[in-house]
Amino acid sequence: MFAPGDDPGSSFFDLLRKIGVSPWPDLGSRTGVVEAPHGTTVLALRYAEGVVMAGDRRATMGHRIANRDMEKVVPADRHSGVAIAGTAGTAMDMIKLFQLQLEHYEKLDGRAISLEGKANQLSQMVRSNLPAAMQGFTVVPIFAGYDLLRRTGRLWDFDVTGGRYEEREFVTQGSGSDPASTVLKISYRPGLGRDEAITVACRALWEAAEVDTATGGPDGLRRIYPVVATIDVDGWSRVDDAVLAGVFDGLLEADRERREVRP
Amino acid sequence: MNMPFYVSPEQVMKDRADYARKGIARGRALVALQYGGGIVIVAENTSNTLRKTSEIYDRIAFAGVGKYNEFDQLRRLGVRTADVKGYSFSRDDVEARSLANEYAQILGQIFTHEMKPLEVEILVAEVGVTPADDQLFHILYDGTLIDEASYCVLGGDAETIGSRMEGKVSPEIELGAAVRLAMSALSGPDRTLSPADSEVAVLERSAGRRCFRRIENGEIASLLA
Repeated sequence: MFAPGDDPGSSFFDLLRKIGVSPWPDLGSRTGVVEAPHGTTVLALRYAEGVVMAGDRRATMGHRIANRDMEKVVPADRHSGVAIAGTAGTAMDMIKLFQLQLEHYEKLDGRAISLEGKANQLSQMVRSNLPAAMQGFTVVPIFAGYDLLRRTGRLWDFDVTGGRYEEREFVTQGSGSDPASTVLKISYRPGLGRDEAITVACRALWEAAEVDTATGGPDGLRRIYPVVATIDVDGWSRVDDAVLAGVFDGLLEADRERREVRP
Repeated sequence: MNMPFYVSPEQVMKDRADYARKGIARGRALVALQYGGGIVIVAENTSNTLRKTSEIYDRIAFAGVGKYNEFDQLRRLGVRTADVKGYSFSRDDVEARSLANEYAQILGQIFTHEMKPLEVEILVAEVGVTPADDQLFHILYDGTLIDEASYCVLGGDAETIGSRMEGKVSPEIELGAAVRLAMSALSGPDRTLSPADSEVAVLERSAGRRCFRRIENGEIASLLA
């Protein structure tokens, strides 16, 4: 038990710091290059009832595929999700800590942090990672969720210094973000339906995988499909692989038709 | 030179125990019991914001009676211990037994070494995969740790309340029946408890990862109907 003036409050980070378990490695001034697996294209877009989040499953190390079924898009709590691009190990740790922070606060205080508050917490975590980022272990997240107070889906983009930018339409992050954001820019319109938004997200990942070697496309052989999830008033819901297989089959068919030479 | 009066250790302990018991008896009691879907905790509590029951971890709940600030401190400690353990090991390594032991140590330490004992009784409940794995740990103000089977009563007048429940608890009864049984045991034959004067929470065996759920007043009313 802590004395009243010494109490770390509802923050899990502060608690860890108090008991001497720091989640942030002390990198000091060591230099040198360590090769670590990287995760790549993730995105989020708003639709009529909430937000869609999506991310491919590939992690690469140099030119090698390090992992084929990594999940870079995960629920942060019931009404929000986080997607991460960057050094896989650091990113996974950050996600774990972020999820714990939200749950810890909710249990100690008896209510969840506001969506804005969650985004702010994540931005502080990204900022704490800055020393590691300067040595090459960059982690850049996307945060999205359903705001129960404002009754709408919201999404945030971050930069490596912890800068936090709320976007109105869509966000992309990672090495395949250029082609993905082009697809989103062309296909986005306010008030998209849920199914349409899922198709748009799949299309964006598909185009990213077409040009970016570090982004994985749908893998029919191993039945590994990107992670696509929606967050609305009822909370996080992951789209089934069977549904995604159908969406990607549709995209493939449309593409094939488009390329056919007609006499 | 002033000589302090000699007081026998028996007397010191008895005085402290009396003091703690009196403090606990001033508050209202609480009941936890097994039902078909898990474990339900029913407390008499007029406040809608200062809670007696709370979530500690995925399958573990906490409940306390007595002085609010004291058992709330213990509750916070439990959440912290559980979250740190789950973070450094795995979520599967967090269990009620070790937490109950820690509570017993703390309460025992305070009882023997501090001026004033904590005026609390607490419960650490864990819902298992099957009813046989359910655990109810009842910890007294002096650190006494009791491993209870199928139901337990915390607070003043526990014996009378317990006698009203004897033989009526089974791991098969429905939630509504369990809540009705607990409410009537808490209130006794001369009065009835309204949903606004009670606090109900459940650990649902098959609720996924986080099993703890509060039952709001509207739902309590429909369970009592």
